[in-house]
Amino acid sequence: MLWKNTVLKILFNEREIMEKAVLHLVNNNRNNFENKLIEYKLNLQPLSIDTLQVNITLKCNQACLHCHVDSSPKRTEQMSKKTIDKCLEILQNNPQIKNLDLTGGAPELNPHFDYFVREAKKLNKHILVRHNLTVTIDGDPTTKESKMYLPKFYAENSVEVISSLPYYQEYFTDKQRGKGVFRKSIESMKMLNSVGYGNKNSGLILDLVYNPVGAFLPASQESLEKDYKAELMKNYGLKFNNLYTITNMPIHRFREQLERHGTYDEYMEKLITSFNPSSALGVMCRSLLSVSYDGRIFDCDFNQMLNMQVFDGKPITVFDFDYEKLINRNIIFSSHCFGCTAGAGSSCGGAISE
Amino acid sequence: MNYYESKDLGRFAEVGKFKPELMDKFFDYYNAAVGTEGALTKREKALIALAIAHFKPCPYCIDAYTTACLENGANPDQMTEAIHVAAAMAAGINLVHGVQMLNVMEKHGA
Repeated sequence: MLWKNTVLKILFNEREIMEKAVLHLVNNNRNNFENKLIEYKLNLQPLSIDTLQVNITLKCNQACLHCHVDSSPKRTEQMSKKTIDKCLEILQNNPQIKNLDLTGGAPELNPHFDYFVREAKKLNKHILVRHNLTVTIDGDPTTKESKMYLPKFYAENSVEVISSLPYYQEYFTDKQRGKGVFRKSIESMKMLNSVGYGNKNSGLILDLVYNPVGAFLPASQESLEKDYKAELMKNYGLKFNNLYTITNMPIHRFREQLERHGTYDEYMEKLITSFNPSSALGVMCRSLLSVSYDGRIFDCDFNQMLNMQVFDGKPITVFDFDYEKLINRNIIFSSHCFGCTAGAGSSCGGAISE
Repeated sequence: MNYYESKDLGRFAEVGKFKPELMDKFFDYYNAAVGTEGALTKREKALIALAIAHFKPCPYCIDAYTTACLENGANPDQMTEAIHVAAAMAAGINLVHGVQMLNVMEKHGA
């Protein structure tokens, strides 16, 4: 009887392994973004390079749960002045690139951040900074340098400030970004408002970014913006310009969170079944290039974090920048791209097809 | 076999395997009533559905409408208030039958 049980157990295990292998193949096929583009007859070639998005440091004063960059105060990666100068040269030589979008980490924690902003301003570029609000209050977590000058500095250089605020209440915000973040964010927004940000007549733009606190898609950008505006004004007297809703990307720290909760497959299924072809047409990789702290070039910040570098016989960096070649490149897609095409879509400028 | 499996929620439409025309009519009605903006917003409808999901303890509906509330921008305070409304209604529905109890007591001269 014992041998019979053993044989049955082996057969059952083999069946289970086979079933898992088949499921893996099915999922690989379902998760294949390029197959989805073929199904919808979509050809997503680059349209332009309007924006150079530069990730100048992985260091951050925060360590958020959803961060696809895995940033924290412990990270030491910084863009060198030599690479920044090369980016400035690219901006100068390519008038088609109208925008410089600085991100990180907390970009303000790169020692050459102020220099980069001032020099780009001299080139008449529109400068956007992905500012986490709290760095103004916290300062540099390692050097202890104060960053209280930032609101004034931003105003002087007409920087468009884009700041994450996962919700207009404390609970969701602190759950995602750490205890005390909401209060500090409110304090920092007050400082930005006091120098003119959020005031329609000032020309100084403050945009907020909502991203879901868990494994669900963002609500309608339009309806959430109304709520944010009403609640932040009523409770704190705060003003801002636009709210952008962004979908969490199932990579790095957020993927680990999904896997810990056993919801990765469910979340991917949600992204895939919510595929929206009109959102796909507007994906941000069609109009920007992303540069890593060490000068490598990518189609977007997510590809950057997955080391999917733009390739033309060899991996491309800012030191081999060639506009014509880059506008004619093939964008590299993978399963995470479903994050940008789900529902109303998601980009660094919020929903794509509301 | 467990009676409630979360993956079964995605198989709801399979109930239309037989007499599909009836299920089609149900889904048309359901989507028109629950899934569209009308005099009520989709968020308000999701909060009502969440309250009902708790009133008629339905694990499928709690799963679906907790997510729907979040995806329509509701916050934990609003969602918790909604289920308190359901709980208070459930308690009230039980208690108001106490009038029947009083009627019967009166009938018995008690």
